[in-house]
Amino acid sequence: MSILVDKNTRLLVQGISGKTGAFHTRGAKEYGTNVVAGVVPGKGGTEFEGTKVFDTVADAVQQTGANASVIYVPPPFAADAILESIAAEIPLVICITEGIPVMDMVKVKRVLASQTKTRLVGPNCPGVISPGKCKIGIMPGYIHKEGDIGLVSRSGTLTYEGVHQLTALGLGQSTCVGIGGDPVKGMDFVDVLAMFEADPGTRAVLMMGEIGGSSEEAAAEFVKKHMTKPVAAFIAGQTAPPGKRMGHAGAIISGGKGTASEKIRALEEAGIKVARTPAEMGATLKSVL
Amino acid sequence: MNIHEYQGKELLKRYGVAVPIGRPAFSIAEAEEAIRAVQKETGNPVVVVKAQIHAGGRGKGGGVKVAKGYEEAVEKAKAILGMQLVTHQTGPEGKKVKRLLVEQGIDIARELYVGLVLDRLQSRVVVMASTEGGMEIEEVAAKHPEKILKTAIDPAVGFMPWQARQIAYGLGLSGDAAKNAVAFLQSMTKAFVELDCSLAEINPLVVTKQGQVLALDAKINFDDNALFRHPEVNELRDTDEEDESEREAKEFDLSYIHLDGTIGCMVNGAGLAMATMDIIKTYGGEPANFLDVGGGATTEKVTAAFKIITKDPRVKGIFVNIFGGIMKCDTIANGVVAAVKEVGLKVPLVVRLEGTNVELGRKILAESGLNVTPATDMADGAKKIVELAR
Repeated sequence: MSILVDKNTRLLVQGISGKTGAFHTRGAKEYGTNVVAGVVPGKGGTEFEGTKVFDTVADAVQQTGANASVIYVPPPFAADAILESIAAEIPLVICITEGIPVMDMVKVKRVLASQTKTRLVGPNCPGVISPGKCKIGIMPGYIHKEGDIGLVSRSGTLTYEGVHQLTALGLGQSTCVGIGGDPVKGMDFVDVLAMFEADPGTRAVLMMGEIGGSSEEAAAEFVKKHMTKPVAAFIAGQTAPPGKRMGHAGAIISGGKGTASEKIRALEEAGIKVARTPAEMGATLKSVL
Repeated sequence: MNIHEYQGKELLKRYGVAVPIGRPAFSIAEAEEAIRAVQKETGNPVVVVKAQIHAGGRGKGGGVKVAKGYEEAVEKAKAILGMQLVTHQTGPEGKKVKRLLVEQGIDIARELYVGLVLDRLQSRVVVMASTEGGMEIEEVAAKHPEKILKTAIDPAVGFMPWQARQIAYGLGLSGDAAKNAVAFLQSMTKAFVELDCSLAEINPLVVTKQGQVLALDAKINFDDNALFRHPEVNELRDTDEEDESEREAKEFDLSYIHLDGTIGCMVNGAGLAMATMDIIKTYGGEPANFLDVGGGATTEKVTAAFKIITKDPRVKGIFVNIFGGIMKCDTIANGVVAAVKEVGLKVPLVVRLEGTNVELGRKILAESGLNVTPATDMADGAKKIVELAR
C-alpha cells in the first residue's frame, strides 16, 4: 500500500508543453505513471507527445477522469494554476514550481482552507512517488525501491540522499512525499504523518526537516499524541546563521526562532530518534524498526 | 531584498502613510541643500541627520543626530557621512555610511511600535503593535508578551477598519491620534500587501503633541519571489550593501551565502547544501559558505561557483557534494574539470558524487589528471576535506 498516489492515479499535467513539464512528463510515463491529460491554455484539442491537451482543467477532468494534477507552470502563473485545479475539485494537486510570491500562496491557502475536496502538496517541492506504482514530480525514480517505509521531507536532493541510504540498506519505501521548502504551503508534516499512520502499507516513517517555522515542532507533538509507528528524523541547518535565507524561501531563522537545535529538542522529547549527521539518516531509521 | 529607510518612507508616502518631511543626501553639498529645504518647508530650524545603512541600531552607534540649527546640522552631516558605523547588526568592522537622510525634528509625545510580518502558522499577514516604541519586538515578546497586540489579515476581505480601531484603542490612543492611527494602519497594510513586502517595521511609530501619527523609522523587506512584478522596488537595490560574492552568485542564479569558516562547499539542492555544512562541522571543520548550484547546473554555473568559492582567501579546502538526480554526475564531473582547468586549484578538493551516471562521473574525475580526492559518501567526504584542510 501507499498514500496519495498509486496505480489508480490518473495524472493531469498543467504546463505539459513547457521545457520542464515536457521533460518530467516523459520521466513519469517511463516510470509507468498513467498520464491522462495536459492543460495548456490555447492549445486545447491538440496532442503533446501522445497526451491529449485541453484548454482548461475543468475540461480535462470531465473528459479524462483525471484525479491528480501536477503543476510545472512558471511562478507568476502558478497560484492561478493551483486555484484552477482546486475549482475543478481534483483530489490531489502537486505543485513543483519554485519561486511563487508568498502573497499569492496566502490567497491559495485561504481557498484551500475553505474546501475539503482538494489536497495540495508543495509548492517548491520534488513531488510524490509511490515506488513501483506511480511517480509524480522531478525525483529520479530508479533510486527508489518498493517497500514499507514512509518518507516526508521539506527538501529535494536531501530526500534523494535519504531514499538512497534506505534503499542501500534494503529498506524500500511505501511513499515519499516532498512537502516543499516554502513558508506557505499545502500539506505539512502533520498531515502526511497522519496518512502514514493510517496506511497499512507503511511500517515506519523517516522525516526530514530544516530550519525555519515550527512545522517540525508540530510534527513532534503529533507523533507523541497520535502515532504508534516508529519515526526517525533529521534536521538540516544546524550550522545556518540567523537571519539568512538558506536557499529555500522558508529556511530562515527569524527573531531567534526556528533553529535546528529547538527542533531537534522537540523531536527527541517526543521520543523520535534524530540522526546526528545526514549520513546516518537510513541507519537511524533502521535502528527504530 | 532590503532597502534604506529613506526609500521605504518614500514608498510608504505614496500609499498615504504619514512620514516626517525629509530629504536624502549622498554628499555634503546635497546635505546642505537638504537641511535648508527641510528647514524652509517646516519653518523649524531643528533637523535630524540620519545615517542610511541596512542595519538596525544606528542611533546607539552614533549614526543619528539631532541639530538645533543649520551650522550644527552641517557639522553632524560631515561627522556621519563617510563614518564607519558600528551597530549590533553590522559586525565589529561596521559599515561605511554613504547616504544620509535629513529630516524635520519632531515633537514626540509617545513612541509606539507597529510591525507587519507573515505568520507562517496562520499563513496570513499579521499586524503587531505595542506601546513599547524603540524596543525590539523580540525583546518585548520575551519580557512582556501581553503588551503585543496582534491581528491577522484575512486575504479574502483585507485589513478591516475594525482591526485598525482595535489596535489604535488598544494602544491607549484617543481623539485625533486614534483617528490618525487608524488611517496610518490602513495605508500601511495596503502598502505591505500591494508591494509584496515580507517584513515592515515602524519602530518607533510616534504620536506628536499635536496628535499626528508618523513613521519615525521604516524598515522594509521585500519578497524576492515577487520582485518580478515590482520593477520600481527592484531599482532601489543598493549593491553597496550586499556581499560582493553573494551579488556575483546572484548573477549566475546560484544561491550563495558567505560564512566565516574555511571549507568551501558546492552542493546541489538547498537541503543537501545545509546538511553538507552540518556534516563538515560534525567532523570538526567550519563551512566557508552555503552554495546551492541548483537542479540544472551547467558547466558555466559550476565554473562560476568555483570562482566564487576560491576567491575567498579563507578557504583552505573545497568539498563538492552532488546527488545527481535529474542532473547527471558526468555533467557535474565535466563541469568540475573545466572549472579547475580555468580557475586553477590551490587548495585540496574532495568530490563526492552519487546518483545518475555516477560511475561515468567518477571515471571522468579519475582520468582528468587533476588532484581530486574522491569520496564514497557524505561522511567520508566531510572527514577527508576536514583532514586535508588542516
